[in-house]
Amino acid sequence: MDAVVTENLTKRFGGFIAVDRVNLRVPIGVIFGFLGPNGSGKTTTIRMLLGLLQPSEGRATILGFDCAAETEAIRRRAGYMSQRFSLYDELTVVENLDFYGHTYGVVGRRLAERKRFILELAGLKGREKELTRNLSGGWKQRLALGVAILHEPQVLFLDEPTAGVDPVSRRQFWELLYTQAAAGVTVFVTTHYMDEAEQCQALAFIHRGKIVAQGSPAEIKAQQMRGQVLEIACQPTAVALPILKGLALFEEVALYGARLHAVAENAAALMPRVEAALTAAGVAVQEITPIPPSLEDVFISRIR
Amino acid sequence: MTDSPIVVEADRLSRRFGPIVAVNELSLTVARGEIFGLIGPDGAGKTTVLRLLAAVMPPSSGQARVLGFDIRHQAERIRQAIGYMPQKFSLYADLTVIENLNFFADLFNVRGARRHQRIAELLAFSRLAEFTERRAAALSGGMQKKLALACALIHNPQVIFLDEPTTGVDPISRREFWDILSSLHVQGATIIVSTPYMDEAERCSRVGLMYEGRIAECDTPDGLRRLTPGELLAVWTPQVMQARRIAAALPGVLEVQTYGDLLHVFVHDAAAIAPQLAQALAAAGVPVTEIKRAQPRVEEAFISLIVGRRAAT
Repeated sequence: MDAVVTENLTKRFGGFIAVDRVNLRVPIGVIFGFLGPNGSGKTTTIRMLLGLLQPSEGRATILGFDCAAETEAIRRRAGYMSQRFSLYDELTVVENLDFYGHTYGVVGRRLAERKRFILELAGLKGREKELTRNLSGGWKQRLALGVAILHEPQVLFLDEPTAGVDPVSRRQFWELLYTQAAAGVTVFVTTHYMDEAEQCQALAFIHRGKIVAQGSPAEIKAQQMRGQVLEIACQPTAVALPILKGLALFEEVALYGARLHAVAENAAALMPRVEAALTAAGVAVQEITPIPPSLEDVFISRIR
Repeated sequence: MTDSPIVVEADRLSRRFGPIVAVNELSLTVARGEIFGLIGPDGAGKTTVLRLLAAVMPPSSGQARVLGFDIRHQAERIRQAIGYMPQKFSLYADLTVIENLNFFADLFNVRGARRHQRIAELLAFSRLAEFTERRAAALSGGMQKKLALACALIHNPQVIFLDEPTTGVDPISRREFWDILSSLHVQGATIIVSTPYMDEAERCSRVGLMYEGRIAECDTPDGLRRLTPGELLAVWTPQVMQARRIAAALPGVLEVQTYGDLLHVFVHDAAAIAPQLAQALAAAGVPVTEIKRAQPRVEEAFISLIVGRRAAT
């Protein structure tokens, strides 16, 4: 059995198709990244998975339970951390945990145990009595995660969880996600940070409601990139950039500090022509190498 | 204005808001033609630095010159000479694209044939030519950012300050925005741009990593990568969690970072550890697709920098 399965999942709002025949399969215990720009259908998909929104067509299951029909079973097994962390700023850390514990029906000794576990896990021990509004972004984020896992969900949904937190907190947060996954929890995380997508074990890219690529980061880079990327280290780049664009051989030429990235079908075969054109214009070429594409490169190549 | 190769020069610049020190004795030099990135998390002080340098806010102490003008005493000269795109740009939502451009042309006294030509250039450049009659409020987030940039460039400034121009825009608009910055660079402009996205460091010629009101480190992206400890081995494996435990327990391993199906293993001596690591993984039955030397990411450099400083205090 898989943790999350969708079959032709579709949501229409009037004439607008927010989610268009989406097929996903997320195995148990993986960190699954659901990537796409703002407005591409990520949150609508999550809302259908959580049973908050009825699909127009198709279906979705979590651990075999139908998301639209078996909402009570879904609620017990799914945890959700929203973009805005939905914590009560005027409550202390421990009051937030108590409040959500009661909401989820976690009470008595089990609540006390879960609270101890979460305070330890999130590094919030000693801060139990602090007002939530006084916590920095990284602490708030870890508390929000703690709240979402209070009732020990088997599938955890995180909607853009790391917006605006510093890199060290972001890294600590991902460590927590890996711990959860190692304990068998399936983590379904949406993000529009392409570099964060590299942290996931499986990915799907959604664009305008449709899935445009799916697989592990390595599979996606190896199989789904249209074209190859050349990295050209040269001086001065300000002269080289318009020359490469002028050759009209590449779908894209972009400046990366002291290097240029150029994308084309069979780019490796173009290396001698690139070197000749740049050298003729007085550009000093240090190195031209084919490099693996970034996930952002792949995404852009798929939707262009 | 001056022809000096130094465009921005800040000396122990500070700005306090009540008890909060937003910018703390920051010194910085930016040369003509650079794309200089101010990179750091929310609250690091990036926006305040840009406001000080754009002379829209005076410093509490310290000094700075932009194009040779003093930010305290020649604020008006600086504002006329530079382009400044704040994070929350005050586009007129009810005005159309062309009306916004005309409004900024009025503000910066760009008139007659020069205005006509400049607006045509900016529309082509920002790919907004088809949308001239659309109200700013009806543009997508990415298009609003491009219009804001076009307005900031109306008077053809040679120094451009951009505060988080790519925050919250989709990957395609982000790519397009950097393309536009690259063409400005090709035309010789000096660009100072702030961003919370560590991967955008790669697009800058030089980067200042901002943390707690200071520039913690300032270098080229390659220079910053060398801040990470030791050497880096990249290990691709379908069983990352297991591989990670094994790698972390190996002597000579400094740190392990996980990325989906990839491990970054920081070691003292990559050549010596690589075969030992391969052997340990094989002995535990963990399949390995590939092990090789790799370049650390700028984000990893930033993390080891901050962690090192926290440990030192």
